[in-house]
Amino acid sequence: MPLLEIDNLSVSVVHDAIETPLVRGISYEVSTGEILALVGESGSGKSVSSLAIMGLLASALRVKHGSIKFEGHDLLVQSDEQMRQIRGRDISMVFQEPMTSLNPVRNIGSQIMESIEENLGLTRKQAKTRAIDLLKEVGVADAERRLKQYPHHFSGGMRQRVMIAIALAADPKLIIADEPTTALDVTIQAQILDLMSRICREHGTAMILITHNLGIVARYAQRVNVMYGGRIVEAGRARDLYAAPRHPYTEGLLQSVPRLDQDRSIPLRPIQGSPADPFAEISGCRFHPRCPYAEPICRSKAPEFEGGLACHFPLSQSAKEAV
Amino acid sequence: MSDVTLDPAGHDTPAPQKRKSRFRQVFARDQKAQFGLTVLGLFIFGAIFAPIIAPYDPNEMTLNMMAGPSGENVLGTDDLGRDLFSRILHGTQISLFVGVATVSLALFFGVLLGVVAGYFGGWIDSVIMRYIDLQWAFPNFIIAVYLVAVFGTGLLNVIVAIALAFLDDFARVARSMVLSLKQEQFIDAARVQGFSHLRIMVRHILPNAMAPIIVLATVSVSYAILGEATLSFLGLGVSTDTPTWGLILADGRSFISRAWWLGVFPGLAIMLVVLSINFIGDALRDALDVRDTDV
Repeated sequence: MPLLEIDNLSVSVVHDAIETPLVRGISYEVSTGEILALVGESGSGKSVSSLAIMGLLASALRVKHGSIKFEGHDLLVQSDEQMRQIRGRDISMVFQEPMTSLNPVRNIGSQIMESIEENLGLTRKQAKTRAIDLLKEVGVADAERRLKQYPHHFSGGMRQRVMIAIALAADPKLIIADEPTTALDVTIQAQILDLMSRICREHGTAMILITHNLGIVARYAQRVNVMYGGRIVEAGRARDLYAAPRHPYTEGLLQSVPRLDQDRSIPLRPIQGSPADPFAEISGCRFHPRCPYAEPICRSKAPEFEGGLACHFPLSQSAKEAV
Repeated sequence: MSDVTLDPAGHDTPAPQKRKSRFRQVFARDQKAQFGLTVLGLFIFGAIFAPIIAPYDPNEMTLNMMAGPSGENVLGTDDLGRDLFSRILHGTQISLFVGVATVSLALFFGVLLGVVAGYFGGWIDSVIMRYIDLQWAFPNFIIAVYLVAVFGTGLLNVIVAIALAFLDDFARVARSMVLSLKQEQFIDAARVQGFSHLRIMVRHILPNAMAPIIVLATVSVSYAILGEATLSFLGLGVSTDTPTWGLILADGRSFISRAWWLGVFPGLAIMLVVLSINFIGDALRDALDVRDTDV
């Protein structure tokens, strides 16, 4: 049984009785200890779908249908109190912006210890020992002294380490990392991702890594879901997807970022147009206005998601040669 | 990890010291705040040790009526021959107590209402804030007078009446702080840790909302003291045999042309305390970096 099983999940934003779908029926699974990447541009529905898992959707957002099963229990039918028990204890989350994720007026120690005391029911003294261990584990030197310091004493990378320590406080089974390195320097990004993947390996924790940078996930995620316009357009093993993308959007994502393993004379190619506006009516495949390979059928009929792909004309070597 | 050493050196000042030194800095520079602290300190000292310092029983009547300030009676005596200095000194107790108790009460319930309204929003917010609006439509003082008139005089009633009149200010400030704070990501971070609403409100939102509330509280203490004096002056105060500043002032009113000290000294006491607290409030506002618009 997979740890997390999302089946045909749809989330809409409701405004003035008008429903606009943001997530349009996505399905995926996460196994114990696995790192799954959700990749897509802003507005592709990747963050919304993960907030739905936490049961923390903003009040204007509604789950329209589908199920989210965690260890076999549907999270969507749990009471608020039950969800509160699951949050922090079984599933925790790391946010994009480490500079604002910590409470500015409380010291680091009290913030880590609070999570430990609340979720594990340890005493203050035990919590302190564990907080020091956690800080050491995430690579914060001089942990005991740093417990007394405030967030403004920490750099962005260090704060993200503290956030990871807080997420780890109760040894959860699943961590959702929503663009955990987007706000950080490139050199720190790799350190944080290395740290997170090491922790997942050592603790057997599963992770959903949400990012818009397909380039960085290849090294850390075992599997990748590429999302566009609220749907998963391509899913597969990171290695395969990276080596031979089948969806034109995946290819576009890969061509738009520099790669070390590539000839530097090949120019970067941005994806034309702008991300699909959830409020705009787009017929057929939602990517067709930007797709270099679009055919008439792409405009009229949305492709089914089959075999890890939603595209009428999957890329193959022959298709590439034709262009 | 290698980036530990990369942490900029400027990040090394521990925060508690920084905050304390900021208070010290502001108060060291601000002469009005120093004046406020000194005067208020003297009044608090006088209030605590009133029974020891006061040369006479504040209610002891003598035949030495309406005597001017002299060596015997430093601030003179009133129409019943009671020593004015002793009466003002004992009145300090009541005035300061009413001021602090009132504001504590208003702060507690006002902040409670404001935080609950701001945090939960929706119909809870509407219900609470419509009540606050209703109360806001009346001048504070009218509410206090009305309540005392209905429930009768006495220390507790006066405190409750003034506290209720000030409650709306605290509720408004607290709510506006919560509304902006609950958008912060560290509140989302607290929610994903599975904390209860109560814990998020008390431990995560409130500490960040305290600065403008503290400043408002300081200023409100002086208004509460004025409020108590006003109620006493109107005969709606604590009681007729407890010498409060407002009551002393009211008693002396009829003799102001013959005994100026009966009006000047209690009035001066009220003015000095209110002024001192306002100076301290201004300095706190600077130290806590609260924008004027917040209060």
